[in-house]
Order: sequence, then structure tokens, then C-alpha cells
Amino acid sequence: MNPLTQCLLVSGALFGIGLAAILVRRNAIMALLGLELMLNAGSLNFIAFWRFRPDAEPMGGVVFVLFALAIAAAEAAVGLALIVAIYRHFHSTNLDEMDRLKG
Amino acid sequence: MEWIINHIWVIPGLPLMAAGAIALMKREQRTLAASLALGGILLAFIGSVLAFWPTMAGSGHDAVWRHYQNHVWFQFGNYPLSIGWVLDPLAGCMLVMVTLVSGLIFVFSLGYMAEDSNFTRFFCFMSLFAAAMLGIVVANSLLLLFICWELVGLASYLLIGFWFHKPSAAEAARKAFLTTRIGDLGFLLGMVWLYARTGTLLFYDGGQGCLEAGALEGLVARATLGGLTLATCISLLIFCGAIGKSGQVPLHVWLPDAMEGPTPVSALIHAATMVAAGVFLMARIYPLLDADPAGVAGWSPAMVVVAWTGAITALMAAAIAVAQTDIKRILAYSTISQLGYMMMALGVGGYAAGMFHLLTHAFFKALLFLGAGSVIHGCHHEQDIRRLGGLRRHMPVTFATYAIGMMALAGVPLLFSGFWSKDEILHEAMAWPISRGPFFLGLAGAFLTAFYMTRQMVYVFAGDYRGQKQKLNHSDSSKGRRPNKLPHESPAVMTVPLIILAVGAVGLGFINTPFWPGFHRYLTGHEGEGVSTGTLGLMIVSGLIVGAGLGLGWVLYGRKPGRVLAATDPLEVIQPQGFRWLGQRLYWDEVYQRTVIAWTLAMGRVCDWIERNLWENAVAAVSQLTLGFSWASRLLDEYGINLGFDRVCDKIRLGGRRVSAMQNGQVQHYLRSLALALAALFLLLAWGGWR
Repeated sequence: MNPLTQCLLVSGALFGIGLAAILVRRNAIMALLGLELMLNAGSLNFIAFWRFRPDAEPMGGVVFVLFALAIAAAEAAVGLALIVAIYRHFHSTNLDEMDRLKG
Repeated sequence: MEWIINHIWVIPGLPLMAAGAIALMKREQRTLAASLALGGILLAFIGSVLAFWPTMAGSGHDAVWRHYQNHVWFQFGNYPLSIGWVLDPLAGCMLVMVTLVSGLIFVFSLGYMAEDSNFTRFFCFMSLFAAAMLGIVVANSLLLLFICWELVGLASYLLIGFWFHKPSAAEAARKAFLTTRIGDLGFLLGMVWLYARTGTLLFYDGGQGCLEAGALEGLVARATLGGLTLATCISLLIFCGAIGKSGQVPLHVWLPDAMEGPTPVSALIHAATMVAAGVFLMARIYPLLDADPAGVAGWSPAMVVVAWTGAITALMAAAIAVAQTDIKRILAYSTISQLGYMMMALGVGGYAAGMFHLLTHAFFKALLFLGAGSVIHGCHHEQDIRRLGGLRRHMPVTFATYAIGMMALAGVPLLFSGFWSKDEILHEAMAWPISRGPFFLGLAGAFLTAFYMTRQMVYVFAGDYRGQKQKLNHSDSSKGRRPNKLPHESPAVMTVPLIILAVGAVGLGFINTPFWPGFHRYLTGHEGEGVSTGTLGLMIVSGLIVGAGLGLGWVLYGRKPGRVLAATDPLEVIQPQGFRWLGQRLYWDEVYQRTVIAWTLAMGRVCDWIERNLWENAVAAVSQLTLGFSWASRLLDEYGINLGFDRVCDKIRLGGRRVSAMQNGQVQHYLRSLALALAALFLLLAWGGWR
């Protein structure tokens, strides 16, 4: 088992955990945490493929991940603000109760 | 005076404007309506007299003075249609006669119609009638003449049917209108033919008119069917119109029925206007009537037809008049008879004699009709001469004037106008080179005329009054009028016109005696023949015949005038069969009823049958077919197109409902789908599905 495969397995596990958290947790904040996990799994893949490629260039993967982290921070801020607004409106963060947008 | 010559249209225009103005008035404005009508006709009379002087002064120099004005009415392509006005001796004397007689009849109507609730309407129609007749007189175009001719027909329809609430009056009006229309069809055809051949309908147009030498030469040069010249055919067609209007055989049947109108209307129709129009028309187109390829006057076939028609009419109508009992019907038949004389005169070439008789007849016949109106008015609308009688004592003025009219009509020698004019006609007929037939028919007619007028006079004015007093008394007491309903003399407004007309009936004869044929020279521009032994002999013969008629009438009726209502007519005692035939007017109406009317009805029934059974079925079939198509279309629409469409709609709606059910608002539900799809994609890629 080479190091790339090991890294990919870790990131896959991370993605699976995040996905499971999103799908099963009723609390909106928990779902947001799961989302962050999935995002980080993606970032880990970027690092791994950059690190173990044959002709590695100096900075590509790291910059990619730095951008992803910055976006994730912004996204987390927006997501948390949304959750606060939802809580103010519904007095709850339970995702099952938030089904107004339906056909 | 110069002005009136150039504006001759004013004369018919004034009564026309009066008629138009009265038509706008309310029923209550009786005085205003009457004064307008009278004012219109009075001004027209003054204008006519002014227009008469130049015709009088200008004629008599071997040429006829004539003044005309033409205007293009409208133009299609290169064909102008002109109308115009003409003033010549023929028009001049007619204008004066029509306006004078109409005016007197208007005055008489003031009294006669005073109690009628439709007084205003009456004067409107009368003015229209007079205007139309004056239009005929001054028209210089056959088209304009025809328009006025039809206006006269319309006005007569309105006036005969004036008391339209009486079914008999409405019937008579319709009959008059339809019968004259039959003749007018011929007139119209003749007019169209004339226009097609000559390109003009103007009578006089500086050598271009259809009555002037240029056009006539073209018309006589061309032969049509049977070798008749075109001029003859056209004149005969136009003569059809005159037959209808002037009540000649066989279209005379409307005229006696026209007595259903008010009596002044009868006077106007039978004296001055409508019936005279036919004779006037023939006089107007006389050059066309007389046109002959050989250039000999009085030989054209059209003239022969006119002469014989007139002669037969003159005798037959006089014979029918012998057995009539209605005072107005007797006069109606005498009118037909006299019109026959006029036609006969024109046919045998006595142009001036015919017109002369037209003028004198206008006066004495208006006098007789108005006298009859006075009698009817005085006797509370009784028209049956058997129920009258003894009126000489009750109505002296009416009696005197009626007697003058009667003697003028009968042709009592030397003093009365009818003698001179009738004698002139007989003289012309005797000189006719083709046949003596009309002359003898005319003599027989003269005899009968004297006879039936004597009969009527005796019945109406001699003996005792035979009206039913007891019946009248019964209705009187309830109305609170005079209990004794004896006849009474009419008011002055009615007797004064009678007196004026009586003067005319006597005096008018002297304008054209054999000793001084002034009218002949005035009308034709040539000197008359003057006195000859033949003239004197004929005067004696006709005088004797008139005397015989009067004498026979006196012997049969006058010696012991009927005292009782039920007395049989003496003539009926002598000749019951013949009397019944004449009394039934020779069954003309019945013959028409059995033939023309029955055929028309049968044809109508055939048309009705075809309509009901053929066309109606065809129409029904088409309608059923259309209905069937509509049904099919509807079915297709509802169950084909609409249903398919609805199904599709339903499916789409269902699909939409299903799809919208997926969007349930549950975020995690969506995410599950995403995850599943992702897993599926992953598996696909992992197993290399899309390489």
C-alpha cells in the first residue's frame, strides 16, 4: 500500500464521516460540521495528489488548499449566520421542521 | 313675365313645396295647412296665367311658339341624361286649366272635408297631386314626365285610399295603383327603347330632341316586327301607359272603383289631373305618334290603334253608365267615355279637337263631380241615386250648376262647351280617311251620354226625396242634432266654386267654335277649317242625336219621376237581361277575376308549391347537412381533439404533481438523493463504465 492510497483512504473516510453526519444529524449545526469535514476531505485529496505526483511543482496543491480553506471559512460564516437567522425565526435548529420550500 | 318663362319649374314647384311643408305639420294645424295649399295653388295659377300670355302672343304665325330649357341631370360615360322644362301652347293652356280647376277644388274641399280629422293630410296629398300633374305638363323630357307620371300615380293611390279604414277604399286604391302600373310597364319599355335608339329623351332640344325631325326620320326609317316602324312600336308602348292612366279599355276597371276616395279627389282625378295626363301624354308625343314613312298625316298604325281604342271605350263606358245607380259611378263611366272621345280625336288626327275637349271636359266634369259632392254632403253621404230625389227644391244652387254641367256633358247645342268640343271631335272622325267606324261609335256614345245624364238628373233632382228618414231620426235623437234630416244646401265655400266652374263650362266652348277656331290656331299654329256645309250638317245631326237622347230619357224617366224607393228602373222593365249586363259593368271585373287574377293566383300557388316542396326541401336538406357537419365537428372537437388534449393535460398535471412531491422541503432528503447519485457515479467510474 503506497502512501497515496493511504492518504486517499483517509480522505475517503473523512468524506464518508462528513456525509453521514450531514445525512443523519437533525441539528443544523451538526450538519454544517459534517459539511466542513467533507470539504476538508476534498482538500486532503488535493494535497495528496500534489505531494505524490511524479514531477512535483513547488506550490500548486498548497495554494489550492489555502483558497479552499478561505472559502470554507467564509462559507461557514454565512452558514452559521443562516442558522442563527433560522433559529430566530423557527426557535429551533431541527432540519426536519424546515420544509417550507416544497412543491 | 320674362322671368316666369325662364323659371317655369316654379309652377309645379310651389304646390310641391306646400305639400312638403304641410307634411311636416301637426294634425291640428288645419288653418295653416289649408292656407298653404291654397296659397301654393293660387301662386301657381298666377304664374300659369303669366306664362300663358307669351304662348298666346307668340303662336299663330304658321309655327308654334316654344321655349325650353334643358339641363344635364347626370352623365354616365358619354351618355348624358338631360331633363328640362318646356313652355308651348300645349303646356300653357294645360297649366291654366290645371291650376284653375285644382284651385277651385281646393276651395270646395275646405267645405267638404271640414269635419274630417285628417284634414291636414288631405291637403298635403292634394298639393302633391297638383304639383305632380303640373310637372307632367311642363316636362320637356320623357323621363321627367315619367317621374311626375308616377308621382301622380302615387298621389292618386294615397287619395283614393284616403279613408283607408274602409276596406273597399283600401282595395280600390290598390286596384288603381296596380292597374295603372300594368300600363306604365309598357310606357317604361317604350321609353327605354326610345332612349336606346335616339340617345335622348328630351322632347325638344334644338333639333336633337326625340320629337324633332332628325330623330323622327331615324325612327320611321327602321322597321321592326310585322313591318311596323320603330316610331309606331314605341308610340304604342307609350300608349299602354296612357291606356292605364286614362282608363281606356281594357284597363278602365280601376276608375269606377276610385270613387271610394273623397269626392273632391274624384273631381281632381277625373277632371283636371290624373286621367287627363294620359291624353296629354299622347298629345305631347303626337309627332312621334303621327310619324309615318310616307309622310302622310293620320295614317300611322299607332294612330289607328289609338282611334279605335278611344271609340270603343267611348261607346262601351257610356253604355255601362246607363245602368249604374251610384251617382259618382255614373260620372266615372262618363269620364271614361269622354276620355275615349279625346283619344279618338287624337287618333283620327284631331290634335286640337282632343285637347279642346280635354279642357272643356275638365271644367264641366269638375263641376259635375263637385256638384255630386255637394249632393252627397247635403244628403248625409248618400250616394245611391234611388235614395235621392227631389233635390231641386232643397238645393237650388247645386241643381242649377249641376244642370249646366249635365247639359255641357250631354252636348246640348250652341250654348254649352261640351257641344262644341264633341262636335269638333265628331267632325274630325268623319273626315278620317281610314274608317267611318269611330265616327258612328262616337255618335252612338253621344246619344247614350245624353240619355244617361237625363236619367241621373231626373233621379237626383226630380220627384220626392226618397232618403230613409225614420232610420236617420233614430240616430239623430241620440246625437242631439236637427231632428228633421232633410237635405240642405251646401255652404258658400262649396257653391261658389260650382258657380265659377259653371261659367267656365258654358263660356269655354266659345274659344274654338267652327265660326272662330281660335284654339286650333293657338295650339297648332295653323288656321282651322272654318265653316263648311259639312260642319253645319254635322252640327245639326249631332244636335238631333243629343235631342233624341234627352227625349228618350225624359220619356222613360222624366214623365213620372219615381216616388218610391222600390220602384224598378223603367229600362229594366223593357230590357231586363241587357240592363243586368250593363248594371254588372259588362262583367269586366268578373272576367279579370276569372282570367288574369285567377291565373296570377294559380301561378302564385304553383310558386308557393314549388317553394314549399322543392326549395324548402332543398334548403332543409342543406340545413340538415350543415347541422350534421356541425355535429360531427362538435363530436370531433369534444371527444377527439378536446378529449386527447384533456388527457395530455391530465397526464402532465399528474406528472407535475409527482415531480413536485419530490420537492418536499427536507434538505436532508435532497442530500440523500445527491449522495446516492454520487455513489452511483462513483461506482460507475470505478468499474469503468464510460470508457
